Parts: sequence; C-alpha cells; structure tokens
Amino acid sequence: MNFDKEFDASGLSCPLPIVKTKKSLTDMTSGQVLKVIATDCGAVKDMQAFADQTGNTLLSNTEEGGKYIFFMQKK
Amino acid sequence: MTTKKMAIIATKGTLDMAYPPFILASTAAALGYEVQIFFTFYGLQLLRKDLSDVKISPLANPAMPMPIPMPVMVQMLPGMESMATMMMKNKLKDKGVASLEELREMCLEMDVKFIACQMTVDLFEFDKAEFIDNVEYGGASMFFGFAGETDICLFV
Repeated sequence: MNFDKEFDASGLSCPLPIVKTKKSLTDMTSGQVLKVIATDCGAVKDMQAFADQTGNTLLSNTEEGGKYIFFMQKK
Repeated sequence: MTTKKMAIIATKGTLDMAYPPFILASTAAALGYEVQIFFTFYGLQLLRKDLSDVKISPLANPAMPMPIPMPVMVQMLPGMESMATMMMKNKLKDKGVASLEELREMCLEMDVKFIACQMTVDLFEFDKAEFIDNVEYGGASMFFGFAGETDICLFV
C-alpha cells in the first residue's frame, strides 16, 4: 500500500504508539496515509479505537513476523 | 463534533501512582480531548522539575511483583526503597514504557493543562521555583469550573 509517511513504534508500549501516531499525523494533510509499525500487541485494539474516536480511517491492519502494520488515513 | 473533556485529580506522589494520570491524560489528548490535571497533596511532587524523588516502596505494597519473596523485615532496611525504584525503572525501560518525564512532556506538547493546588503548596511550603513552568496555581473552585463540564472525571 502506498503511504506518505512512516512511524516506527517498535519496542514502545502503551500509550506511546497512539500518542506518537497522533503527533505524526499532525503535520500531514487530509487524505494522506501514515504507515505505523508496532510491536505492542495492545496497539491492535488501541489503533482501531483511536481511528473510531478521531475520525481518521484505519485502512488496514496486518501482522508480519511479530510486527503489527497499520495504515492510517488522515481525516 | 463538540470537543470532549476530561479532568483528573492526581493525589499520589509515588512512581507507580504517577503513571496513570500522565498515561490517561496524554492518550485522551491524542484522542482529541481537552484535558486538565489538578495536582493536589502528594500529587504535587509530579510537577517538580526533578522527578528523581518520585519512588516506589516495596513496604506495605504486597501487590508489587518481586523477583524473590521478601519478608517485611527486609523491605524496611535502608536502601530497599532506592533499590526497588531502580529495579522498577529498569523494568519500565526494558518494556518500552515511557519515563515520567517523557509522558509529562508529551502531555504539555498536546496542551494538557496542569493546575497545582495552591493550598497544598502553602501547606507543605513548597518552593514554586522547583516546579516546571507550565503550571497554573488555583483552588478547588477553579478546578470545578472545568470539571463540571467534563465527560470524564477521575480521582487518582
């Protein structure tokens, strides 16, 4: 999937993946896509909840070799 | 969509109890909430520039997981508190949990408002120069001005 920016949250625990995802989105424009990589399994549900509550769209959510990959499209 | 609001009252000054207010406040701010934390009594320790005095004690803390069982008579020996604090900080770091300083900084970056209880400052004769700059001083009425209109209000 194409993306405009990447944020690697590997090794970070709650709430850093979410809080820093929010920060990464700040300087992006509407419609752009942020790729987030996380190793915290709690991030899977948190990232969906973040999308639901902020209006950003979680385009996909996959696991590859112990890493969770998210594509978040900015509102 | 109207902005949701959350207010937290932080009353504890130990390492374990310092985390919940900053974790919840930074997360809520990331979700778009307007957040205020009212620091009162021992919670004021969390506003110091230097957080090295924020510690965890194994004493009277039976829920704290220890690598080996430790009798209370041992827990009360000098240096045990510093040791437990060091072990906890190492564990937090190993697991990728942010430091208190980092979480507090993130709260400030996301415009979480910190209010320090003026009465407690006077009571414990704290020196305001020891606190970080981004703090407002006020009382319970000032807190209620915001808390009364929140969606979530927590006492920690």
